[in-house]
Amino acid sequence: MSINWFKYSAPTTFYPLAGKMVPWFAWLAGLCTLFGLYWGFFETPSILSDQKQYYRIIFIHVPAAWMSMWLYVVMVCWALAGLIFNTRLSYMMASALAPTGAIMTFLALVTGAIWGKTSWGTWWDWDPRMTSELILLFMYVGYMALQSAIDDPRRADRASALLAVVGLVCVPVIFWSVNCPDPNQCAALHQRSSMANVEKNILTAMFTMTFAFWMYCFAIVLMRARNIILARESNTTWVAEMIEAEK
Amino acid sequence: MFKTFRCILMRDLTLAMRRRTDVLTTLFFFIIVVSLFPLGVGTEKETLRHIAPGVVWVAALLASMLALERLFASDYLDGTLEQMLLTPQPLSVLVLGKIVAHWLLTGLPLVLIAPLVGLQYHLSGESIGVMMLALLIGTPVLSLIGAIGAALTLGLRGGGVLLSLLILPLYIPVLVYGSGAVAASAVTGSDLQAYFSLLIAFFLLALVFSPWATAAALRISVE
Repeated sequence: MSINWFKYSAPTTFYPLAGKMVPWFAWLAGLCTLFGLYWGFFETPSILSDQKQYYRIIFIHVPAAWMSMWLYVVMVCWALAGLIFNTRLSYMMASALAPTGAIMTFLALVTGAIWGKTSWGTWWDWDPRMTSELILLFMYVGYMALQSAIDDPRRADRASALLAVVGLVCVPVIFWSVNCPDPNQCAALHQRSSMANVEKNILTAMFTMTFAFWMYCFAIVLMRARNIILARESNTTWVAEMIEAEK
Repeated sequence: MFKTFRCILMRDLTLAMRRRTDVLTTLFFFIIVVSLFPLGVGTEKETLRHIAPGVVWVAALLASMLALERLFASDYLDGTLEQMLLTPQPLSVLVLGKIVAHWLLTGLPLVLIAPLVGLQYHLSGESIGVMMLALLIGTPVLSLIGAIGAALTLGLRGGGVLLSLLILPLYIPVLVYGSGAVAASAVTGSDLQAYFSLLIAFFLLALVFSPWATAAALRISVE
């Protein structure tokens, strides 16, 4: 049996497939959010005193932060696939991922600021993680700005893909540099966080929420990809036929 | 290959010598930005010494970024760039020649003017030396990384602002360790070797990868 690996790399075949997948991911995201939030609010022990209930923001904050970083990697993978195989759909996926990634980064920053205000007493501290997240936001914005500034879609795709790849090469260096601005004392500055110390129910809620966010990203990115496909292919026959059939 | 490199280098330098104001504009931009800070922050000696490393480096970042727009723009407009893309010589070598010329015209003047700025900010002679050395290693990195952005934004409307959006985040490591080295010598007095090792590492990495990425970006932009 031979498998046609590239069957769904054509927008024509991908469009209906994405349409079928969206509701599944959306439902999964909704259910997991409900479950995760319920677990986070009612099943986690009140080990912390009443004043510290605000820690529950981590059920939004941590998944958003994880997604913001993960989506950048996924975006670069699509961009690379586009540059290597020269498939239009890869570029479309990459550009569909960028806004969601930026929103997740923004969400992580805002929830982080709220959490910081309640626990450290300040909205913003130049903590390495915050700075990294902020820089990540700049990278997403740069990607989207470059893409929207170029009128020719082919050049826009390829230029922003190259930018995303260059960005990914620079990201570890940037994060490392904000992590230890003084190379002589780097080890002392390094922060450690360990999953092992986190209470089990909190972990359950956090991972469920992460899964929910992940599914939400799938759903929303596929929806946006469908829109991009329609916009770019608006003058092809298959789109015209589809619109005709829906009338 | 070296001949190609030298040919491009000499050409760009000659072109720049025919229009000297371009070089001076960047230099004076740097001086003006640096001179504005004491007027805004206050002229207290101790404060100035503390902010000097950051101010000088941010000003250098902005100055080299403003100059980047011109790196490929005029060649693109008069069609020379297209001819360069068609030549049998490797494009990355041509690009490297242009970047080196660009650095000699915009980066090197900043390094040479740095002592003057150091005096404005009451830095000691030793710190000024460190600052010059850090700028000498750091500004080529700025030109190298910036060239990628300049190639990507070639001929776009609002290219300059867009370029800053794309490139400034990538400048952060150079900023952190460049100003870190100056601050270490002026304020904390810790060991400087690690800073310079890192800056040189950035320089070497950028030197290897940037011409190649810039060449790819140019091919995308000029189709």
